[in-house]
Amino acid sequence: MTSKTVLHAKHLEAGAKMVDFHGWEMPINYGSQIEEHNAVRNDAGMFDVSHMTIVDVVGDDAKAFLRKLVANDVAKLTKPGKALYTGMLNEQGGVIDDLIIYFFTETNYRLVVNSATREKDLAHIAKVSEGYAVEVTERPEYAMIAVQGPNAKAKTAAVLSDEQKAAVEGMKPFFGVQAGDLFIATTGYTGEDGYEIVVHNDGAADLWQKLLEAGVAPAGLGARDTLRLEAGMNLYGLDMDESVSPLAANMAWTIAWEPEDRDFIGRSALEQQRADKSTDKLVGLVLETKGVLRGGSKVIVEGGEGVITSGTFSPTLGYSVALARVPRSTGDTAQVEMRKKLVDVKVVKPCFVRNGKAVI
Amino acid sequence: MSNIPSELKYASSHEWVRDEGDGTYTVGITEHAQELLGDMVFVELPEVDDEVDAGEDCAVAESVKAASDIYAPISGTIVAINEELEDAPETVNNDAYGDGWLFRIKASDESELDNLLSAEDYANTIDED
Repeated sequence: MTSKTVLHAKHLEAGAKMVDFHGWEMPINYGSQIEEHNAVRNDAGMFDVSHMTIVDVVGDDAKAFLRKLVANDVAKLTKPGKALYTGMLNEQGGVIDDLIIYFFTETNYRLVVNSATREKDLAHIAKVSEGYAVEVTERPEYAMIAVQGPNAKAKTAAVLSDEQKAAVEGMKPFFGVQAGDLFIATTGYTGEDGYEIVVHNDGAADLWQKLLEAGVAPAGLGARDTLRLEAGMNLYGLDMDESVSPLAANMAWTIAWEPEDRDFIGRSALEQQRADKSTDKLVGLVLETKGVLRGGSKVIVEGGEGVITSGTFSPTLGYSVALARVPRSTGDTAQVEMRKKLVDVKVVKPCFVRNGKAVI
Repeated sequence: MSNIPSELKYASSHEWVRDEGDGTYTVGITEHAQELLGDMVFVELPEVDDEVDAGEDCAVAESVKAASDIYAPISGTIVAINEELEDAPETVNNDAYGDGWLFRIKASDESELDNLLSAEDYANTIDED
């Protein structure tokens, strides 16, 4: 039994090839995933991300609860609408999920978590919330459309009311605002400018159609994966999971160590790992010759080995890139086992493309 | 249902074969195969003058999704390869039976053609997929 988003019919109308994505019937592409990728890098594309789980956390203890729940510190959030990326960890320091938290007031936050992990996330959140004065409410009545690309904001403006345009005018990256019937955030998963828009299910198809008419190209999960990988953004379940520390997943920047007395879940395990320098690290790999690096391939480095967590052909660069979890001692080069041969690759920081430009 | 031209012969491994009428045979992959693979990013071809045996893997089609071996449908000598694919692998997606051809074989044993499938038989095999 697969679930469908409210935009399902719009995908079929646009000629989408649908696939089962963790129980959701979602568009993998609408013809060519490379053309969709390029539309986002050069112009504007949109993704149906309604399968993602929106959870509102409201109540007197909302702030205290979230300071316990996640590795980053929501106390850093002071401007209404400001967003924070972080991980929800288990006691062993493994990543239960990665998520974005939007701050409205100290008693009102919105979380957006992954769809594939929905059930365990909700169970974990419910368990941790025991004893806190908070109300946790999933919001399945909302759909979500990500509009991304250098022209995304300008093209989206064509479908917004004057009040909505005023509300998002000059909004900095990683903020969200309720503007009329839409919640509009300057977040994304592509390394480009743009919005993620939360819209009531009843209005989602209409918004999608208006964006289409404004010249925004529908893009599927295939393009979403190559875009996020070029941008060096992790995909939960591949680049990290419950057995992987955020320190081994390029997520150290999402951990707030200060103040020292904030006892978030997983803290003591992470402190031990940090002191012992015991975790692997996540790096980028670049293959400038023919062939495509694929997830699961073995990576051989001086004095050890690692694994490609996700790999793809990069349409923007014209060659293959990958994220790999490797020993801390890894230097500037490595070898990857590809189709029974060992191939030399470069080791770089795990970020390849930002705002349409190569950064390696 | 994808396009399966009736004048071609097929291998169950999704190659098509066109008789050029001069003892040579052009080989490509079917529209169904390119749909399964998705956007092509690299195509590795054999070299001209290579000798190939029927069923031997002699080329690789690498897409965003996977690398897939291409098998020689018949034995013979490679007499031409489609060099355009080096810079434009997407031609295999856009025109699988035309400009997206891969290589041409001079058959060493034309009776091997009898082992290939008709369009109808190939259509039946992909129905079962």
